[in-house]
Amino acid sequence: MEAVDAREPLPAFSSRVLELDCERLTVELEQAIRDIVLRRLRRRGAVIGLSGGIDSSVTAAICARALGDNHVFGVMMPESDSSDESLDLAQMLTKSLGISSTVENIAPTLEALGCYQRRDDAIRKAISEYGPGWKSKIVLPNVLDSSQYSLFYLVVQSPSGEMKRVRLTSEAYLGIVAATNFKQRVRKTMEYYHADRLWYAVAGTPNRQEYAQGFFVKNGDGSADFKPIAHLYKTQVYQLGRYLGVPEDILRRPPTTDTYSLEQSQEEFYFALPLDQMDLCLYGKNHGIPPQVVAEGMGLATEKVQRVYAMIDSKLRSTQYLRLPPLLIETVNEVDATQ
Amino acid sequence: MQQLEQEVRQFVIENFIFGDEASDFSDDDSFLEKGLVDSMGILTLMEFVKEKYSIPVEDEELIPDNWDSVRKIASFVQSKQSASVATFSTRNESTEELYGGR
Repeated sequence: MEAVDAREPLPAFSSRVLELDCERLTVELEQAIRDIVLRRLRRRGAVIGLSGGIDSSVTAAICARALGDNHVFGVMMPESDSSDESLDLAQMLTKSLGISSTVENIAPTLEALGCYQRRDDAIRKAISEYGPGWKSKIVLPNVLDSSQYSLFYLVVQSPSGEMKRVRLTSEAYLGIVAATNFKQRVRKTMEYYHADRLWYAVAGTPNRQEYAQGFFVKNGDGSADFKPIAHLYKTQVYQLGRYLGVPEDILRRPPTTDTYSLEQSQEEFYFALPLDQMDLCLYGKNHGIPPQVVAEGMGLATEKVQRVYAMIDSKLRSTQYLRLPPLLIETVNEVDATQ
Repeated sequence: MQQLEQEVRQFVIENFIFGDEASDFSDDDSFLEKGLVDSMGILTLMEFVKEKYSIPVEDEELIPDNWDSVRKIASFVQSKQSASVATFSTRNESTEELYGGR
């Protein structure tokens, strides 16, 4: 962290701190990806799960620049709750990049694992009448609005359109999340199938917000051989996407989890405030910038930015488990020597 | 109040503190600052309180002022129990008035 000297006048803070030199960054990323994939991982290309969102699109685009479009393979994996738009946009990207790809419908696999049944059983612990024809999503309260803890709520819509919102018990919440996590884990299994048959590495697609705050499923979308945009803030991913020529429809699409049957933004599921604001708060915190400086630059109350700083700390701590590799009791020297 | 604090403290130690750290943990220590309890932990604490003391917890009561230390939780539980007794007693008085009016 780069600390700010408290005796100095506080510098101005604005969204400009996140502006990128995209040309230079692209050259650096291309070199780094070639070094990682070809030299360190010793694979001849990259597999990327494509969701039609900005992160996977930028990851695919930069990998295609680094490794060549004939060394990148896209996998689209819709399931019963996926929006049709996700597949359409992902296919638009593969055409635009000129990369090979395939569509793997994972709904039958999820059905066989009991993903949907287990999820619905867990939802019924909170809302007993939930059943066929109902839709659901999990949401968080906006942390800028109050000092209330970020606890999860379940929102459901009945077949007649009636909406209900209830605070989740830990049993219901964990049950719903455990069941829906099958989706990310099955997708990753499919990505590794294609990576193995092609002798490719799997590229992970988290941006900095997701990586730092644990917005991923361990051994699901959190699993990968390399993560080329994990150090970039979300708004920087958009800048890079624009520079790399990612289709405008993808750049304009609001980020979505595309995991629940009711439409759900990432901010209502996890980040609890608009992504551009979260970027600035995360940047401010990472650079030791006092909350009042960030608040002034963003036009927010200092108290609100303090709340976001506290939430970032809390998430860093509580999601550490997700980022840890399997822990050993003793160092295995002969393995470490090869790394 | 003392018994309440002991019960809450025991629950926190059993569920969130492991090993020797219990001896360094005071009833006024902030869970957040100590990094002891995350949002899942708060949910667990709330469910413990709801079940053990049979008190409802409203959304707007889920704030650090009520849940961020052993003493704050004990104080919150006590205030809810007092409010519940007061409501019950008021209800009884109204009932008596109603019946008394005959």
